Amino acid sequence: MAEITLVAAINMALARAMADDPSVVVLGEDIARNGGVFRATEGLLDRFGPDRVLDTPLAEGLIAGMAVGMAAEGLKPVGEIQFLGFMYSTVDQLVNHASRLRNRTRGRITCPMVIRAPMGAGVHAPEHHSESTEAMFAHIPGLRVVIPSSPARAYGLLLAAIRDPDPVVFLEPTRLYRAFREEVQDDGRAAPMDICFVLREGTDVTLVTWGAMVKETLAAADRLAEEGISAEVIDVATLKPFDAKTVIESVTKTGRCVIVHEAPLTAGFGAEVAAQVAEHALTSLLAPIARVTAPDVIVPLARLEHDYMPSETRIVEAARSAVRYA
Amino acid sequence: MNQPTGTQAKPKAALDVAGASHVTTFSIPYSRVLDPSGKPVGSLPAAGRDKNVVVAIYRAMVLTRQFDARAISLQRTGQLGTYPSSLGQEAVSVAITKAMKPEDVFLGTYRETGGYLTRGVTLTELMRFWGGDERGLDWAGPRRDFPPSIPIASHVPHAAGVASAMKIRKEPRVAVCTMGDGATSKGDFYEAINLAGVWQLPAVFVVINNGWAISVPVSHQTACGTLAQKAVAAGIPGEQVDGNDALAVFDAASRGIERARAGKGSTLIEALTYRLSDHTTADDARRYRKEEEVSAHWAFDPIARLRSYIGSAGWWTKEDEEALVAECKSMIEEAQKAYLALPKPGVTEMFDSLYATLPTALTSQRAAYKDHG
Repeated sequence: MAEITLVAAINMALARAMADDPSVVVLGEDIARNGGVFRATEGLLDRFGPDRVLDTPLAEGLIAGMAVGMAAEGLKPVGEIQFLGFMYSTVDQLVNHASRLRNRTRGRITCPMVIRAPMGAGVHAPEHHSESTEAMFAHIPGLRVVIPSSPARAYGLLLAAIRDPDPVVFLEPTRLYRAFREEVQDDGRAAPMDICFVLREGTDVTLVTWGAMVKETLAAADRLAEEGISAEVIDVATLKPFDAKTVIESVTKTGRCVIVHEAPLTAGFGAEVAAQVAEHALTSLLAPIARVTAPDVIVPLARLEHDYMPSETRIVEAARSAVRYA
Repeated sequence: MNQPTGTQAKPKAALDVAGASHVTTFSIPYSRVLDPSGKPVGSLPAAGRDKNVVVAIYRAMVLTRQFDARAISLQRTGQLGTYPSSLGQEAVSVAITKAMKPEDVFLGTYRETGGYLTRGVTLTELMRFWGGDERGLDWAGPRRDFPPSIPIASHVPHAAGVASAMKIRKEPRVAVCTMGDGATSKGDFYEAINLAGVWQLPAVFVVINNGWAISVPVSHQTACGTLAQKAVAAGIPGEQVDGNDALAVFDAASRGIERARAGKGSTLIEALTYRLSDHTTADDARRYRKEEEVSAHWAFDPIARLRSYIGSAGWWTKEDEEALVAECKSMIEEAQKAYLALPKPGVTEMFDSLYATLPTALTSQRAAYKDHG
C-alpha cells in the first residue's frame, strides 16, 4: 500500500468512482487532456474516454448548470472549479436549482452532483485563489459541504460525496494537496459523511477545526501536550449538515472550546459551532469559547498571507488561556 | 463529445491573417404559415394538413386561455398565489411541446401553462403549484420534464446538461428549452447555446419574444435586430417564426427537434409574440405601456387566427366551438374543486424532500416543527 498525497487521493477516488459506476462523469476546465490545473483528474481521459471526461468551455456557471441537467437525467456529474475564487458564478445554480430540485418536485427530480474546488491560502497564488468562503455554502439548505483534511479522508469522503443522492460542495484545501503523504487503500470504501472526526482524544480543551487548519491544530495539540495540556482535536469535515453532537459531547467532557478556521471571523462557520456549544453545553464550560481565525479582511497577496492565516502559536495561546481561565 | 484528443490535425493559421477576417454573413429566416386573418400565406407545411394535430393544438390553446382566466380570478379572490398569465402567447408553448415526443425533456419557464398541459401535466397539478404547494410539481405526467424555472435563464444550462446526458448515452431524445426575451440578456443563455454549438447537442432553444421583460421593451434590451441572430455567435442556426401562428411554430419546432434527433445539433428559434396580459397578477402594465399598444395586438390573436383556419378547412364548426368551451369550463371546474379540496401539506413536508434521507442534524428541527407547527 502506497503513501500518497491528498491530490493523488482525490484522483484515486475519482478513478474508483468512475470504474465502479458508469454514470459518473467528470467535467470542468482543463480537466481532460491537461488533467486539471492541480492534476486531480490526471489519467482519467485516457482511462475513461472523452464521453466521461469533459473539458468544458470556460464558464463556471455553465459547469454547475450542466451538472444539474446531467444529474436530473441520471448521470452523476463531478464538476471541477479551478479555484474557489471562481466558484461564485455557480452559486446561482447551487442556491436556486441544485439544492432545491428534490424539494420543489417532492423527490421527482433529484440532483446527485458534486462540485469540487480547491480552497484556502498558503500556496503563493495570485489574487482570488486563496479565499475560504465555506460558510457561504454551509448556509444553503439542501446542500452538503465537505472539506477533507487528509489523503485518507479525501479518498473516502469524495467517494461518499459522489455516491450521495444529493448535491455536495467538496472543498479541497490547496495547501494540503501535496503537504504530506498518507497510506490510502484503494478499497472503494466511502468515509462517513455528516459526522465530525475526533482526530486526537484529550481531556482539557477541545480544538474544533477543518480543512488546512487541521495541520496547525494538530501541531498545536502536540505543543500543548508538552506543557501538560491534553487537547482533543475535532475535524468537522462535513460542515453541512453539521454534526454538533460530537463537538458538544467533547466540550461537555473538556469544558473548554477553541474554534480554529482560516476564514474571516465574522459569520464564519465558527460562529455556528460556538452557538451550538453555547446552546447545548453552556453549563459545562469552564472558560469562554474562543475563536482563532483570520481577521475580517481580504486575503492579502502572497507576502502577507502567512501573517493572515491563524498560526500554530495563536492556537496554542488560545488553548492555554482557556485552560488558565479556570 | 467533440473534444480534441491531441494536436489539431489542421491548425488554423490564426497569426497569418492580414487585416480583418471575414467570418460570416447571415440573414435570419422568418416563417409564417397563416396570416393574421388565418389564411395560408403559401404552401402549407405537412403539419398544417394534419387535422388531428391542428385541432389538438387549437383545443389546447383554448384550454390554456380559459385556465389563465380562471387562475387570475382565483388569485383575485385569494384562492391562488401570484400567477403569470400567458394571454396572447398560447400558440408558442402549445405548438412547441406538441412537436415533442413523450421521451424528450421540456425545460420551460413560468409563463407556459399551455406547454405543461400539452406535455400531460394536469390542471389540478398546475393549480396546486400556483396555489403554493410543491406537490403540484410532483406531477404524474412527464416525469423527466423540469419544473418551471422561476429565475430567468438559469435553466438554459440545464438543457445543455440534459442534452449532454442524452448524447453521452446515445439516446435519440431531445431537450427543448423555452425562455423569454429577457433571458437572452443573460450570460447563462449564451454559455448554454455556445456549448450546444460546440458539442452539437440534441437541443432546441426557443426564445419566446413577447416584447417585454416585465417593463423593459426589447428595444431597450439589445442593439441586435433580432434575438435569433444571437445563434450566430454560438455557431448554430437561428430563425424567427411568427409566434402567434401555431402552424409556423409547430413546423419550426418540428424541424429543429428532428434535426437534433438526427444528431445534427441545436437550433435557436425566436418566436415573435406579444404579452397581452400584465407580467403577473402582481404587475400593472399600464404603468409602462399604452393601452392602445395592447389593444392593437389583439388583431394578432393566435386563437382567433387558428380558429379561422380550421373553420375554413371545414374541420371546426360553431357547435364544435361551443362544445369545446363548455368542455374546458367543466374540466377547469373539476380541477378547481379537486385543488380546493386538497388539504394543505403537513408542516413536516418542508423537511421530508430536502434530502434523500433527513440528516441527523435536522431531525430535532423537524421534531420541533412537528410539535409546534
